[in-house]
Amino acid sequence: MHRYIPNTESEKKLMMEQIGIQSIDDLFSSIPEEIRHGDRSNLPPGMSEQELIVHMRELAMKNISAYDLKCFLGAGTYDHFIPAVVGALTSRSEFYTAYTPYQAEISQGVLQAIFEYQSMVCELTGMEAANASMYDGVSATAEACAIALVTARKRNKIIVSGSVLPETREVIKTYMNGRDVVLLEIPFIDGETDYEALKNDLDDNTAAVCIQSPNFFGIIEDIDRVGEMTKDAGAAMIVNTDLISLGILKPPSEAGADFVVGDAQPLGNPMAFGGPHLGFFATSGKYIRKMPGRIVGETVDTKGDKGYVLTLQTREQHIRREKATSNICSNHALNALASTIYMSLVGKEGIKEVALRCANNARYTREMLLKTGKFSDLFGKPFFKEFAVKADTDIKILNEDLHKLGYIGGLNLEKKFPWLEGGWLIAVTEKRTKVEIDDFTRKAGDAV
Amino acid sequence: MSKLIFEMSRPGRRAFELPETEIPQKSSAELFNSKSLRKSDARLPEVSELDVVRHFTELSNRNFGVDTGFYPLGSCTMKYNPKINEKVASFEGFTELHPHQPADSVQGALELMHDLETYLAEITGMDYISLQPSAGAQGEMAGLMVIKAYHEKRRDTARTKILCPDSAHGTNPASAAVAGFDIINVKSNERGMVDVDELRRLSGDDTAGLMLTNPNTLGLFEKDIIEIAKIIHDCGGLLYYDGANANAILGQTRPGDMGFDVVHLNLHKTFTTPHGGGGPGAGPIGVKEMLHAFLPVPWIEKTGDRYEFNYEKPDSIGKVKSLYGNFLVLVRAYAYIRTMGKEGLKQVSENAVLNANYVLSRLKDAYEVPFGDRCMHEFVISGEKQHQMGANTLDIAKRLLDYGYHPPTIYFPLIVKEAMMIEPTETESKETLDDFVDALLKINAEIEEDPEMVNTAPHTTVVRRLDEVHAARHPILKYDFPE
Repeated sequence: MHRYIPNTESEKKLMMEQIGIQSIDDLFSSIPEEIRHGDRSNLPPGMSEQELIVHMRELAMKNISAYDLKCFLGAGTYDHFIPAVVGALTSRSEFYTAYTPYQAEISQGVLQAIFEYQSMVCELTGMEAANASMYDGVSATAEACAIALVTARKRNKIIVSGSVLPETREVIKTYMNGRDVVLLEIPFIDGETDYEALKNDLDDNTAAVCIQSPNFFGIIEDIDRVGEMTKDAGAAMIVNTDLISLGILKPPSEAGADFVVGDAQPLGNPMAFGGPHLGFFATSGKYIRKMPGRIVGETVDTKGDKGYVLTLQTREQHIRREKATSNICSNHALNALASTIYMSLVGKEGIKEVALRCANNARYTREMLLKTGKFSDLFGKPFFKEFAVKADTDIKILNEDLHKLGYIGGLNLEKKFPWLEGGWLIAVTEKRTKVEIDDFTRKAGDAV
Repeated sequence: MSKLIFEMSRPGRRAFELPETEIPQKSSAELFNSKSLRKSDARLPEVSELDVVRHFTELSNRNFGVDTGFYPLGSCTMKYNPKINEKVASFEGFTELHPHQPADSVQGALELMHDLETYLAEITGMDYISLQPSAGAQGEMAGLMVIKAYHEKRRDTARTKILCPDSAHGTNPASAAVAGFDIINVKSNERGMVDVDELRRLSGDDTAGLMLTNPNTLGLFEKDIIEIAKIIHDCGGLLYYDGANANAILGQTRPGDMGFDVVHLNLHKTFTTPHGGGGPGAGPIGVKEMLHAFLPVPWIEKTGDRYEFNYEKPDSIGKVKSLYGNFLVLVRAYAYIRTMGKEGLKQVSENAVLNANYVLSRLKDAYEVPFGDRCMHEFVISGEKQHQMGANTLDIAKRLLDYGYHPPTIYFPLIVKEAMMIEPTETESKETLDDFVDALLKINAEIEEDPEMVNTAPHTTVVRRLDEVHAARHPILKYDFPE
């Protein structure tokens, strides 16, 4: 018997006697003979733990990690530092081997941690409520569009800025596929939402406007201006943002945002080749009962002591079925725990310091790139930790050259935006040192 | 009660520092326009590193996982989460990969994903797999969008309805609604199965498809599956397989052989990836050949020995999540499949079904069994008899906490009164099962004697029974900072 299965042959016999069957095969007698196959699937034989670890190491070593390459790439996934405490605590198996905390009395650990997470997300975004997590920033944004659409009743237009991460725009499109909605994308000018175009398209049929700030190009958008226009038109405002930037930048709530969403991967979650990351979702008070997913609330027990439970569950699929506000069931609780621990560690001062270090590092990197004389600003707008330059070269080849020299270069913008020829989107986190930046920018200059 | 981390905060205390830098540092006022800046600090806690460690360690002590004890939560397949899978998923060569790195530097990751697709296709009897969906519900949404795209491509656009049994998981109708379908509920018959005549009556030119879990949520194998598939296919619809219960059939039969056209799997159930206190999971979908073109982008393609992503799929439903899937969850599931191998996976279903039937056989005299005394990997009993005696299923569940168990799934499926859905899984021993049965029998005796003890449970947990109604009526969803 396999090491993960404890039943011995003699126990199996006893159990079969108790059940009243002759053989294990009898257990499967309800499966029609013509579809029972026994042997049909073609799978390799099992491995011992020793063999497995060797095999998995071989696979891992066919990759070159961002420990060995220095990463100047972002575009939605960022190479921030993760303190050792985060992994040490999330790997406590009382957390990670638990299911969704349906039985509150034996799940106070996860429930309280999520309550703290919700509180921290509200603190950074300035919003009144946050849910227990979503899969990722893009699905959180798409769900915000869905809620805005349902709540707006007769209005059925959603306007998305072209400066929102392309993947977010693609996933919004997929999520809106089954709905009666007009999805309108407005262009960007110099890397920033075309506010005039937005104003022209906003009307009394608009349910929501979705922008990102810092946007896909790293540029800080004029969220106040968007907030005013959106409010005037009676539409909801969805702002996708980076929680780290909110250590120093203005919370979108102050611009009148109704939904503040995004990806919290940068806070304590590894890049992990794209997942699992963490979607956060925060709203103003009037949407609380429309929020998708799990929400933790404070309550009391029969003795009057404080405790935490999953709450407002009548919004959810297991109760409302086809009338639920969303179909989400599992979320990314463990990633939310990682972010909660991260935010606890960096704390009130650290979140500002990380944000500021990223901003200073990014500015220094830009300056050094411009100094080579091979790069120029693509947009020249105020940015946070990511910025775009352009060079008279094939960025694909530049990135390949830099890769050989030990660097993960920036995103080739031409791939998604053919008119941004030679565009290179560079992200710089607090992890990059002066030595790395000096060397990277010099080599980039030499390679062009 | 454990203090909130905010309540431990002391001005000036820290758990974090940045390295020194020679790069000139400007203040935020120098870097940004004042109207872009925060006016007041976000009140994250100010605590020491040891404060953080003790706080979250204490919280973990107030939490129950599979490693703590038996967790027979029906339809959730709470089996042992192997430690080796955690270890391999923490290799830097997997965790520290940027999703947009050049393909040459991530060949191992792509190979792993490609091979996992192949194995899952073999296990389910499907032709192609997409690993992209983050969880079962997102897999359902993606799979239903594939069905929709298929009908639309054939200009068969009047198919607006998805049929769902009334015993289905709540996500089934919710996902169908998100994908833009109308939902038709199919009643179960007196044996707890899809009523085939009812199904025939409800299906027709407007049927886009049927969503079915097999074995169903009552733990019963839908014996009429071949006829059910024929009814749906004959009317032009497609069959969707909810893989939440796939643990019952590993190596025994395959959804593809039963006639299903689209499948999702919950890697966090059948394939041992830990549930993380609510996630992350992964919900890959599989399809038959004629649906291949509609799968989400990107696809992983192998040319010679080289792997690459391909986005050029004009008929694809598009992307359902960012990037490619919950990669680190995929790594764990891959490690599990390689550990078990073909023989091991067959032993999984054999022992999962054996364990469930054993527990059922020992409980059937004390508790009502609504649908026959045999089951697959899980079964549903009713606490109706106990309810009559003065303690309901919620009370029984809470009393189980005192005995050191995580209770079964309760009040689901909706078609059974006072339902308790029990799924022991294959990784539990006979002694564990016996002890659990003994506890349920003792609770039954307690109720017969004096239900008060059970009504007021739990008695031994860190908090007593929590008031969920109060929480919903007066929502407190975040910490209220003192002025």
